[in-house]
Order: sequence, then structure tokens, then C-alpha cells
Amino acid sequence: MTRISIQAEDFDPAAELMALEASGGGGVASFTGIVRGEGGLVALELEHYPAMTSAQVERIVEEALERWPLLGVRVIHRYGRLEPGERIVFVGTASRHRAAALEACAFLIDWLKSHAPFWKREHFADRTAWVEARAEDDAKAEGWLKPPR
Amino acid sequence: MADLKLVYFAWVREAIGRDEEQVERPAPDVTIRALIAVLAEQGGGHAEAFAQPEKLRAALDQRFVPLDSPIGDATELAIFPPVTGG
Repeated sequence: MTRISIQAEDFDPAAELMALEASGGGGVASFTGIVRGEGGLVALELEHYPAMTSAQVERIVEEALERWPLLGVRVIHRYGRLEPGERIVFVGTASRHRAAALEACAFLIDWLKSHAPFWKREHFADRTAWVEARAEDDAKAEGWLKPPR
Repeated sequence: MADLKLVYFAWVREAIGRDEEQVERPAPDVTIRALIAVLAEQGGGHAEAFAQPEKLRAALDQRFVPLDSPIGDATELAIFPPVTGG
């Protein structure tokens, strides 16, 4: 079971976890990304490439399915204006054993950061700024290019 | 052959002042890097957006490609900064 949603609306992580628990595996891992309210951030605005986003996230999920024996994958990525404390992204994985679920979950969020067509802009009280890609995030994604253990 | 559709995102879109435009299709072996160098010569927002190609990324027909890729027979070329999702 693979489900991908690119949406403006919020989501319910508990409901998503319960759906993954029903996929018959022995373990479920998940990551929920939240907007940090650091430095006086008023809101985060996420722009994406609608014609490409779903297909690209699909390709990232396919990559995870090739590397790990997963029974379920759920990816939700929001776009639009989000305030501190709001959920941005959810990745959930279900597998027979914990290692596959945990590793695939980490891989998916690392690759979403560096391989999915989203751009963040920070809104402060008096200015806005596009978030710059971090070399550290690229390095994390590149780390997964090594053959899986 | 039909024109090439260009689409822009984030600060590239803002510098150029529009989210898409049609340009005359270059020869298939022209690379993205070469095309944006020509577009930058128009000055204004294009010159600003394309001043530092190392800060740009691209997709041809909704697939990420290096800037040195030939445009070939793609119908849509997207130009944008490195992605910052997740």
C-alpha cells in the first residue's frame, strides 16, 4: 500500500499511523515535520511544481520500495502558508521488521528534502526570505546513494 | 516545431516577474546552460535571475536534469533554485 498526497490541508498523523499498522507488518516508523518558530518567524510559505511534484515523490517512493521490503508507505507534503507549530510533512513506513521501516523512513525524508520540487520562503514581521538549500541536507541524501547495507 | 515552454519557481520566478513564458525553440543540441545565457542577454529580470547559473537547477519535462543537458525535443523546461522541501 503506497499513498502520496500533496495538499494544502492539515492531516491527522494518528489516523495515518493506524492505517499503516493495519498493513500487516511488525513495525511502523514515521517522521512528522513541524514548522519551527525560530527567529521571529511568522509563517512559512511552500511553493511547489504541481505538474511534477506527485510524479517525483512517486519516483522517490519507488526507490525506497526497491531498497527495503515495505508493506506500506505514506507520504503527505503540504504546500501554501503554514504557521509555526503546523505540520508540513509526514512520512510513514510499515515493514515486517523495524530496521527496514526505520531506514526507509529516514531515506524518504532525506530524499524529499533534496529531490522533491518544493521551495520554502520564510515570512518575518518586516521581511521575507527564500530558504537556501543546505549542503548538509544534500550530503545526507547523497549518503543514501551508497549501496544499501 | 512548437515553441518551448519555460516555467519558473521561487526567486527565479520573482526576478523574471512571471511564472511561465514561451520562447523560440532552440536547436535540439543546445544545452539549458547555453539557452539561459542567451536569455540573460535580454537584461532586466532575466539577467538577474540567470546571473549565477551555479545557483540554478532545472527539469526537462518534469524530470531533474543537469544544466549541461541538451534541451532536445522537450516541451517544458523548468528553471529554479535548489529545492528546499521536507
